[in-house]
Amino acid sequence: MSEVLVVIDHVAGEVKKPTYELLTIARRLGEPAAVFFGSPDQAAAVAEKVKAYGAAKLYVVDDAQTKGFLVAPKAEALQQLAEKSSPAAILLPSTFENKEVAGRLAIKLGSGLITDAVDVQAGESGPVTTQSVFAGNFTVQAKVTHGTPIITVKPNSAAPEEADGAGTVETFDATISDAARTAQIVATQPRQSTGRPELTEAAIVVSGGRGTGGNFEPVEGFADSLGAAVGASRAAVDSGWMPHAFQVGQTGKTVSPQLYVANGISGAIQHRAGMQTSKTIVAVNKDPEAPIFELVDFGVVGDLHTVLPAATEQITARKG
Amino acid sequence: MNIVVCVKYVPDATADRKFEDDFTVDRVGVDGLLSELDEYAVEQALQFREKREGEEIEITALTVGPEKAVDAVRKSLQMGVDKGVHVLDDAIAGSDYVATSLVLAKAIEKIGAESGGADLVICGMASTDAAGSVIPAMLAERLGLPQVTLASVIESQGDQVRIKRDNEGSTEVIGATLPIVLSVTDQSGEARYPSFKGIMAAKKKPLETFSLADLGVDAGEVGLSVAWSQVEDTTERPPRTAGEIVTDEDGSGAGALVEFLASKKFI
Ligand SMILES: Cc1cc2nc3c(=O)[nH]c(=O)nc-3n(C[C@H](O)[C@H](O)[C@H](O)COP(=O)(O)OP(=O)(O)OC[C@H]3O[C@@H](n4cnc5c(N)ncnc54)[C@H](O)[C@@H]3O)c2cc1C
Ligand SMILES: Nc1ncnc2c1ncn2[C@@H]1O[C@H](COP(=O)(O)O)[C@@H](O)[C@H]1O
Repeated sequence: MSEVLVVIDHVAGEVKKPTYELLTIARRLGEPAAVFFGSPDQAAAVAEKVKAYGAAKLYVVDDAQTKGFLVAPKAEALQQLAEKSSPAAILLPSTFENKEVAGRLAIKLGSGLITDAVDVQAGESGPVTTQSVFAGNFTVQAKVTHGTPIITVKPNSAAPEEADGAGTVETFDATISDAARTAQIVATQPRQSTGRPELTEAAIVVSGGRGTGGNFEPVEGFADSLGAAVGASRAAVDSGWMPHAFQVGQTGKTVSPQLYVANGISGAIQHRAGMQTSKTIVAVNKDPEAPIFELVDFGVVGDLHTVLPAATEQITARKG
Repeated sequence: MNIVVCVKYVPDATADRKFEDDFTVDRVGVDGLLSELDEYAVEQALQFREKREGEEIEITALTVGPEKAVDAVRKSLQMGVDKGVHVLDDAIAGSDYVATSLVLAKAIEKIGAESGGADLVICGMASTDAAGSVIPAMLAERLGLPQVTLASVIESQGDQVRIKRDNEGSTEVIGATLPIVLSVTDQSGEARYPSFKGIMAAKKKPLETFSLADLGVDAGEVGLSVAWSQVEDTTERPPRTAGEIVTDEDGSGAGALVEFLASKKFI
């Protein structure tokens, strides 16, 4: 069975959930081989994690050579790895950075590229992907017809399923050219953790918009009562109420949680683009004509500043 | 100095976007416009020049697309770009990212050829239709230039460029030496509107049309039939069934909301 390369999503060796989703998908297509760009002394711990989701192999690429530079070195390393292992497909978690890695890799390998898949299934002639396009108004089935299919996959595209993998650790020595080390990361400032779930991975997302008037307390309190991540519309971000990392929509994050609650958000097409595929949608908005109500499973016409705190109180009371 | 801004003509996001029978994006039946995200690229090109007083900087807006795509270039000219280039060739229709990036790269080389190469290629963060955010990286790969992407703040001095960018878990400062490929986000600052003067002036600005032959690209390398990724089917999302809407009166809204969430097992 051919290998399917899965690029691991991690922060300092802490493997993130989309990795397990991708390993689950990879098993449909071949034998998962996880690729770890990181510090070799974290490899053993990472191997333990990924073998529990069926990784037969863990390629360790020492990131000493790649980490100070943007995108290009990773694409080079993956090219060399792909040339060695002739994988049936290469899967990457769909982050902006990985999409760029995938784009460069497609040109290097002479392969077709599919970005932002929300599902990948085995087809007769290779993987068949599903994408959600035009602000979630259409789904598209596609496949790669040339070279090694390179596919970036959105978070929440599969339920992670555990499986025993051999998890054999193999060091891969990539040769990084000087030409790939030209866009230098001069400084990095890690974002402070909010203690809440990651926006793109959360099962529940509670968002606030211009209607919060800059007071996000009701939104955050409600989110915490549900164990949810907090999101924001661009209007809230542009007003400086929330950092850009919280923005949901076309130019922010795309989320596809079990439950999305939009508070004081009108429902502009660019916002919809980031949340329309959520399973259940709820809105609180004081304008009964707000377009967001066209999308909802349940809506409350009312002031979020009174509805949310009252709801939070009731939920907390129920939980006892 | 020579700047090329890549601008895409896209179907209006607020119109009913759809697909043709061959599953390519309908670029004719739906009203189109300069991608809003590429307006930010044009704006940053203009600001880059404005901040470098006294330097001679020429800005070219480049688009690859069907007949009507020239509108994207026209709007860029109205905003203040000096010249326009439209790559127009029936063979390009239905091209994937790989082929589109090839055509763009060849066009950038041709535009730069007369002045020793493009010093700065600026793209938007994504096209509003394909939304791949991959073309800038692909251009950097093809042109062999440093890739400085997703900038929200851009600073330059001499041949040094520094940008700020939001990555998944951090904010980063990236540095590189010109020539580079740069992409900018919608956080980089609102784009200007064309002034009346700008609109009048645009009519006299040079606007060239290149065919694939002009670029030395073989028609067999591009287009739908050779796309390395192919759409097999498209499905319109069924309209969401109308949900239940309640009006909050004397606190009834919160109770109804909590009941709904409990009924769906979210509590
Ligand atoms: C290129 C481009 C990209 C964009 N990308 C994004 C994106 O990624 N994400 C995004 O969100 N937007 C994006 N936008 C912006 C988008 O078009 C909208 O402007 C934005 O989503 C509006 O945010 P909002 O709903 O919070 O504000 P508004 O549209 O002003 O809506 C506020 C809502 O709050 C309600 N309200 C007011 N007070 C209360 C109250 N006390 N209680 C309850 N309800 C109240 C109002 O009735 C109204 O419906 C983009 C736009 C462009 C052009
Ligand atoms: N056909 C095109 N013509 C000109 N520029 C383009 C074209 N397609 C993409 N671009 C540029 O590449 C950026 C990213 O596009 P994409 O990778 O399609 O999301 C856009 O914001 C444009 O700057």
